[in-house]
Amino acid sequence: MPLVLLLCLPFLGSLITALLPTRARTVHAGVAGAVATVVAGWLISLFPRIRDGEVIRETVQWVPSLGLDLVLRIDGFAWMFAVVVTVIGALVCLYSRYYMSPDDPAARFYALFLAFMGAMLGVVLSGNLLQLVVFWELTSLVSFLLIGYWHHRTDAQRGARMALIVTGIGGLCLFVGVLLLGQIVGSFDFDVVLASGAQVKAHPWYPLTLCLIVLGALTKSAQFPFHFWLPRAMAAPTPVSAYLHSATMVKAGVFLLARFWPVLSGTEWWFWLVGGAGITTLVLGAYVAMFENDLKRVLAYSTISHLGLITLLFGLNSPLAAVAGVFHIMNHATFKASLFMAAGIVDHETGTRDIRRLKGLIHAMPGTGALAMVASAAMAGVPLLNGFLSKEMFLAETVFLSSHPIVEWALPALATLASAFAVVYSLRFGYGIFFGVPSTDLPRTPEEAPRWMRTPIQLLVLVCLAVGVAPALTVGPVLAAAAQPVVGGVLPVYSLAVWHGVTWPLLMSVTALVGGILGYRWLRVRQGRGRYQTTPLLSRWNGRHAFESMLLAATRAARRAIEVLGTRRLQPQLFIVIATAIALAWIAARGFPLAWGDRPRLPATQAFMLLWAVGIVCAVGAAVFAKYHRLVAVSLMGGAGLVTCLTFAWFSAPDLALTQVVVEVVTTTLFLLGLRWLPMRQHDLTLHLTWRDWSRRTRDLVLAITAGSGLAVLSFAFLTRPAPNSISPFFLSNALPGGGGSNVVNVMLVDFRAFDTLGEITVLGAVALSVYALLRRFRPPPESVAQPRQQQALADGQATDLVKPERAGSIAAGYMLVPAVISRLLMPVALVVAAHLFLRGHNEPGGGFTAGLIVAIALLMQYLTSGTRWVETHANVRPARWIAFGLLIGAIAGLGALAFGYPFLTSHTAHLSLPLLGDLHVPSATLFDMAVLAVVVGSTLLILTALAHQSLRTQQASTSPSPVMRSREDA
Amino acid sequence: MEVVLALVIGVLGGAGVWLILRPRTFQVVMGLVLLSYAVNLFIFSMGSLVIDRPPIVTPGHAASLEHYSDPMPQALVLTAIVIGFATTALFLVVLLASRGFSGTDHVDGVRGDP
Repeated sequence: MPLVLLLCLPFLGSLITALLPTRARTVHAGVAGAVATVVAGWLISLFPRIRDGEVIRETVQWVPSLGLDLVLRIDGFAWMFAVVVTVIGALVCLYSRYYMSPDDPAARFYALFLAFMGAMLGVVLSGNLLQLVVFWELTSLVSFLLIGYWHHRTDAQRGARMALIVTGIGGLCLFVGVLLLGQIVGSFDFDVVLASGAQVKAHPWYPLTLCLIVLGALTKSAQFPFHFWLPRAMAAPTPVSAYLHSATMVKAGVFLLARFWPVLSGTEWWFWLVGGAGITTLVLGAYVAMFENDLKRVLAYSTISHLGLITLLFGLNSPLAAVAGVFHIMNHATFKASLFMAAGIVDHETGTRDIRRLKGLIHAMPGTGALAMVASAAMAGVPLLNGFLSKEMFLAETVFLSSHPIVEWALPALATLASAFAVVYSLRFGYGIFFGVPSTDLPRTPEEAPRWMRTPIQLLVLVCLAVGVAPALTVGPVLAAAAQPVVGGVLPVYSLAVWHGVTWPLLMSVTALVGGILGYRWLRVRQGRGRYQTTPLLSRWNGRHAFESMLLAATRAARRAIEVLGTRRLQPQLFIVIATAIALAWIAARGFPLAWGDRPRLPATQAFMLLWAVGIVCAVGAAVFAKYHRLVAVSLMGGAGLVTCLTFAWFSAPDLALTQVVVEVVTTTLFLLGLRWLPMRQHDLTLHLTWRDWSRRTRDLVLAITAGSGLAVLSFAFLTRPAPNSISPFFLSNALPGGGGSNVVNVMLVDFRAFDTLGEITVLGAVALSVYALLRRFRPPPESVAQPRQQQALADGQATDLVKPERAGSIAAGYMLVPAVISRLLMPVALVVAAHLFLRGHNEPGGGFTAGLIVAIALLMQYLTSGTRWVETHANVRPARWIAFGLLIGAIAGLGALAFGYPFLTSHTAHLSLPLLGDLHVPSATLFDMAVLAVVVGSTLLILTALAHQSLRTQQASTSPSPVMRSREDA
Repeated sequence: MEVVLALVIGVLGGAGVWLILRPRTFQVVMGLVLLSYAVNLFIFSMGSLVIDRPPIVTPGHAASLEHYSDPMPQALVLTAIVIGFATTALFLVVLLASRGFSGTDHVDGVRGDP
């Protein structure tokens, strides 16, 4: 079976648990436990191959063009880690079945739990650096979600956020570091990277790469100065703390150090960076753990301290120390996970985690107490338990280190001191809460936990004992297989025995034990008198405060940067956009000079020049008058539009000319309708143009002239150069045989590029509906509500200057009577013209767009001359239905082709012989053109009538008592 | 003819850019309309300037670019004209809504510089 399944199974399980009912916790635990057990069993069955030093590799191609593959790589070290992840995962599943309350949403818990397991397996089994980083980030994310599992609690929210930010920043550093490393080595493949240690260390980028990767490791493993997030993460449910924040995820940092040990270690940089962080964290964590009063926080600080120990071991640049580091990773995972679970039981059964209140629990829960005591002893480094062995190896390494004299002297001393501290906090946990007079004021009466809740702890403690008593028999082969890849292939000579004779490390161990017991007694007496309730010397300095003030400063800086660099004002934004476009065009023109071509030119005619003299005056005039004389500007703009339209006609584009002229009419009408709601010129406002105003206008003018000149030069270059080979000849030669029409532009629109047109009419319909929706909520400015002056001059009782209401029922009257009659007479004529243009559109200039706009204009004429109410009492115009109908038949015309096995929107021409009419060619594209027509009519009418209705609404609002006017619009 | 058309495109574009940079919403909408004329003419001129040869296939003339003007830019511009109308309508209504909502016709919705 492919090993990739190892990686997929947890994610698959996560998906399944997420879909199960929320509260079925036994089922969830069963699924999760089964997945973990299966993966663990599978991994363990691979051991014979791993033991022989084989590296199992499996590659799944992902993005071959980028050299990105999903590589699964299992060597001894990865195998050891994966087994720890899955076995402890299975045990924690069993434990949390009893820990989680029936009210907790179990589906989310187990889904995230399994997702984490998958992500963690992804990290340790990665054979590719980038893949490792992806899974690394995934563990941070899932950890965030699990810390914030009880998301209604403030401490959970804050802890989760802090953990995410710290580990997330570390992850980014790691990412950059890995990219640099990949650049140095030339590959992201682990095997290649592991083999090129000397090359990396000799590279000038080595210090930077090292710093970035170590930052990733230190943040993840909660090493000083990033340790502060781990105690806050204790807001997570205890199974999560046991699994993620002691046994697995926080080990990812030291995993990384071990993984890169053959590549990056062996230098002064490595020693001081990694070793320095390690020793500081070791001592600091142990020191703080002595004074904490919350069970989980004691364990959190002790975890920090132990991780410091492992970091230090890897930092010592000695293969023997690296072996000890690997050994301690396993040992710590076993005893710390069991301690967390025991702490969870105590919390669960007594309702408190305060060490000061917990006393004599051994009477109530002898089983749990015994287990917790053995595990604490392992944590303290008591002989015959696994913690003793790796601690002994560690002490030996500190003694036999050869370095600077001060280091040689200080390191053993600090190591002994930290070991003594470890004895103190282990005693506080393992002895302090279980012995003494039983406390009576607990929130709950403690009793023994369910049997199956204790089973995981029993198994783990059994491992602690077995390894501690007979290390060579039990853990020997595993350690050898796991440590071999870390030290680069050749294992140093070491002996896994409980008794090595009277040596320096043994003396140091004994000193630490005795010192620790004495220290514990001393501290207990002092704390009994109410002293040392907080951590001496360090309680003032608080990592959380530093973190939060940094966060605040970063937020402020970001806000300031937005203020300085960003703007919400439209004018500067547009200026920058246009200026950038010009600059880019200028840069491009330097590469490809704007030289004129030698295409044969058309001789200029006087008529055309005169035409555009008018056009230019119109354009410039519109630009000048748009500020104070809107009506003039709209008229001039229409003039420029008409000249444009004539230009299209001039240069053989009849379809464009037709469309442009009708669009022009509609656009101008639209503007005229809108003018009413714009503010009047404030004549009393005396303007004092400052120097700034003038400079800004000059600047804009320069930009406008530059843009215009650029456009002119560019288009002249295009017009004179020979046209490149385009796809146009295809359309020309296929329009008649393929599309069944001789008007190539129309055939392109409704046949070759019909999908594009379908999109366009959809946009048109959407715009019309948006306009309608926007205007429904339209609140006119107060000064525009009053009737225009012309209408105010009407006699009383007259609502409009168009129609006299007293006679509106019979016949429209008033001074618009003549135009109204004429436009009504013109209506059928306009419709006939539209039908003509529509029907001939496939072969002659015309088509759906033009015809649709003409129908719309014919109807608009009635609105303009007879008034909105008159039209709507006489004709049932339902624009929204036109749009819907058009889009529907457009889609049907397209889907019809599918039914016959052709691609969407393929057209077909039917040849019919009808009496009287003779042979008729009916292309299916005509149906599509009909759709275009309907949508154009509907959209245009909807937009313009919605605007026209505003006058009615406000009029009624100002005359009738009810301000809400029911629009006669039909949508 | 080419010089005239290029000049015209330049003038329309320049006038449009000038208006787009103005502070009043109405000016900006007018600027967009003028700019769309310029751009439509520009795209249209990508084909070739020919007189009296509309892209309507007639018997007796081979279907090639020598006998007809280029249909492709025309089809593109036709689409652009209609979409241009739709955007203008939308902008105009947004302008009116913004004016009703904020009480000013300044582009930023606050009474700014004249």
